[in-house]
Amino acid sequence: MSTTTENTAPAPTPAPVVVLAKTVITSWKAPVAFLVFTLAMFALAIFGARPGDTTFRLSSPADAIQLPEVVVPSAPTVWVVAILLAVVTIVSAAMVRAQKRVPLWLIVIFAVLFMFGFLTWAAAGSSLPMIGLLFGSLSLAVPLIYGSLAGVIGERVGVVNIAIESQLLAGAFTAAVVASVTGNLWLGVIAAMVAGVLVAMVLAVFAIRYLVDQVIVGVVLNVLVVGLTSFFYSQVLVPNAAVLNAPPRFERLPIPLLGDIPIIGPVLFKQTIIVYIMYVAVAAVYVGLFHTKWGLRLRAVGEHPQAADTVGIKVNKTRFWNVALAGAIAGLGGTFFTIGTGIAFNKEMTAGAGYIALAAVIFGQWDPIKATLAALLFGFASNLQNTLSVIGSPVPSEFMLMLPYVVTIFAVAGLVGKVRPPAASGKPYVKS
Amino acid sequence: MKLELRGITKTFGALVANDHIDLTVEPGEIHCLLGENGAGKSTLMNVLYGLYQADGGEILLDDAVQHFAGPGDAMAAGIGMVHQHFMLIPVFTVAENVMLGHEQTRAGGLLDLPAARAKVKEISERFGFDVDPDALVDELPVGVQQRVEIIKALSRDARVLVFDEPTAVLTPQETDELMQIMRQLRDAGTAIVFITHKLREVREVADRITVMRLGKVVGEAQPTATNAELASLMVGRAVELTVHKEEPTLGEEALVVENLTVVDHIGQLVVNDVSFSVRRGEILAIAGVQGNGQTELTEALVGLQPRVTGRISLDGRELTGASVRKILDAGVGFVPEDRNEDGLVGEFTIAENLMLDRSTGKPFVKAATLQLGYRADFAREKVAEFDVRTPSIETKVGRLSGGNQQKVVLARELSRDLTLFVAAQPTRGVDVGSIEFIHKRIVETRDSGVPVIVVSTELDEVAALADRIMVMYRGRIVGIVPGNTPRDVLGLMMAGEAPTSEGVAA
Repeated sequence: MSTTTENTAPAPTPAPVVVLAKTVITSWKAPVAFLVFTLAMFALAIFGARPGDTTFRLSSPADAIQLPEVVVPSAPTVWVVAILLAVVTIVSAAMVRAQKRVPLWLIVIFAVLFMFGFLTWAAAGSSLPMIGLLFGSLSLAVPLIYGSLAGVIGERVGVVNIAIESQLLAGAFTAAVVASVTGNLWLGVIAAMVAGVLVAMVLAVFAIRYLVDQVIVGVVLNVLVVGLTSFFYSQVLVPNAAVLNAPPRFERLPIPLLGDIPIIGPVLFKQTIIVYIMYVAVAAVYVGLFHTKWGLRLRAVGEHPQAADTVGIKVNKTRFWNVALAGAIAGLGGTFFTIGTGIAFNKEMTAGAGYIALAAVIFGQWDPIKATLAALLFGFASNLQNTLSVIGSPVPSEFMLMLPYVVTIFAVAGLVGKVRPPAASGKPYVKS
Repeated sequence: MKLELRGITKTFGALVANDHIDLTVEPGEIHCLLGENGAGKSTLMNVLYGLYQADGGEILLDDAVQHFAGPGDAMAAGIGMVHQHFMLIPVFTVAENVMLGHEQTRAGGLLDLPAARAKVKEISERFGFDVDPDALVDELPVGVQQRVEIIKALSRDARVLVFDEPTAVLTPQETDELMQIMRQLRDAGTAIVFITHKLREVREVADRITVMRLGKVVGEAQPTATNAELASLMVGRAVELTVHKEEPTLGEEALVVENLTVVDHIGQLVVNDVSFSVRRGEILAIAGVQGNGQTELTEALVGLQPRVTGRISLDGRELTGASVRKILDAGVGFVPEDRNEDGLVGEFTIAENLMLDRSTGKPFVKAATLQLGYRADFAREKVAEFDVRTPSIETKVGRLSGGNQQKVVLARELSRDLTLFVAAQPTRGVDVGSIEFIHKRIVETRDSGVPVIVVSTELDEVAALADRIMVMYRGRIVGIVPGNTPRDVLGLMMAGEAPTSEGVAA
């Protein structure tokens, strides 16, 4: 740590205002992290050099506008990227030495460069379907985004929603069963939301009414829902799979014009209705939280419940209904696992997505937009692993499986900086 | 609007916080509610404000009985409250805080921030406040935050306004301004309840005074009553308001601080290039409004601050950057500002708390084993010596009153061989009886030849104890002046104005 003084002017005026002089606290974290990744890139260039060219395919055959393929010679490109990374590292070190913070855009440039270099190396001698990679990233991120919206609402109102995982799973299960039995997808969606709400209400009742530790209730709920759905799956669904567990699926709805934009179109606008609802939900939660009465009161309750109480806001009622709302959103996200993709329900099919969503909430600094971006990053990391194993990358798939989690740890620990969570998150409000 | 409380009773378990309290406040009157911490003043006001439900009695506004299920009802009836701990959301702007709970919305359910801003501006202008509606509350000084609280109450057309210990966080100048605002409000016909334990303020502003003690109204007084009369009503016996102390016998310089700078986690210079020294046998009082760096300065002295530059030496030994353990071993005694947070473990017994910082060896620990017999003897001795009122040494510290808790902290710190004693806010939240005792012990410590630093935001305490007074403002030293410096000079210094040249020569 080191500091400089920017403003040391004495304060002779007798104003009753305490304004302290400020310095910039700089940190060597970013340059050090950059150095590690740069060395890794050099190591790939020197010890892992792979012959051949790398092809990036920027459009799929079905697209309206076909972009040319980008072909780069693998080994020289990796060298160039490594050198560029070294330059960025040196720039960041120079900035810290000059007592400046490393700006976010430099971190983004570094990350993109590194990813390009890594992909070039990993896909040497073969071709990489960029559209498929990005499309799959978004798909994998859908339940994470719904889950993180539920998490953001929960924590912003003061209840830690560890039970996102069980809400997703309950949603996936009920959506599959109800849609299979009735043949109506929308009934499945509604059933999933109801299931999510019910799970959330159990959490809310125990956390708010009975003041049980929220993390413990959440974890117990997760285990409970895994047990319940697994039991019904093996005892009821498997014997009657044709009737109870053969869900129809939402078809893809390409949006005219928007869907024809190169790269963006096929990734964002040739999706199912569940994904389109998600876009609306992210925007709605963002606007709602920061620009409406609902959001103002919700955030007040999560920051300083007593202050909210003194202006006549019913703290526990606000918390209860918003946790229920979060459950509905997570339940809706759960539909993606079954009727969103047309896959039959399977045991524990959410596979920890709820926990990753919770990480996205923190990484996203309790902001719906940033949490969405974080969820997309996790989706990308997961899908990268899928794509690379398909094209036969030299990296062991077990190693790649770690990627989303490694990304989480680095992101949360190193590069995000300190952010304050909602002050009353996780703390029950008790009136005397 | 006329406010009347009739026979309000509120109990918490076995504790009767309010015992049949009667109180009438007329419109256009400032009614002071005077009492010690724990007398039940705040409980009474929380009942009035609907935060607590009374177990008995009724609240009348303009002779109509009211039933408040919550603060919302109280506010709708025209009661506003400026809380001791501000009820503001730190991450919201002023306008958002003011609108919270009675938001106006525009088309599409969006918040009507322009209307809220206009409201803040309108009320600010009416009372001559300078408040930016778009400033984040977190970034405002406390004095301004308090004005936001007042604006918040006025924006709901409060006709009865309760000020709960409003001056605890203000400079003397800000206090004077607040009194002016209260008079202005009174003249506009508002009924004002002013809760405090500071006698000077009461006599200055009150139209009527009601004194509470141990949950009961013990009497009414006129604003013309003397300090001694009010104090004895408040405490229930005659109280010594001044501390007897002899001229200090000064020894050599013991603590020398040079160019000390402390940076907080967001890069603010909370202590900014501070140099001073304390001699053996003298009390240096550090005065200043809360939040001007005193807390961080004392924490830096005992090694609790992470980003410290400069030099600290004690009796010639370098203590800069030393660990807390090393500093304690060097003989530094420390009474932290917030005893519940930093001074005591509430769930531990008195005996356990008395050995908290001495768990590394003899005489409390031998061969990694607690010496329970020795500890019990020690605790009994200290409880007697420091007059801690407790049923036993095995009582949990959290159960004791503030004054007795503070005596436990004091007993622990003063029972070691000290080379420096640092006491931050030693009498905050402590009853008047205990204050006498604590002040006496601090002076005795000085007389035994130990250099003493007392941090206080209360000018009375500073004036009572100090041999020299160091005033801090915005992390810097405004000046170091003699202990007998007049109040108004200190007040100006606390607002950052350097003293005139003859005062500096201390």
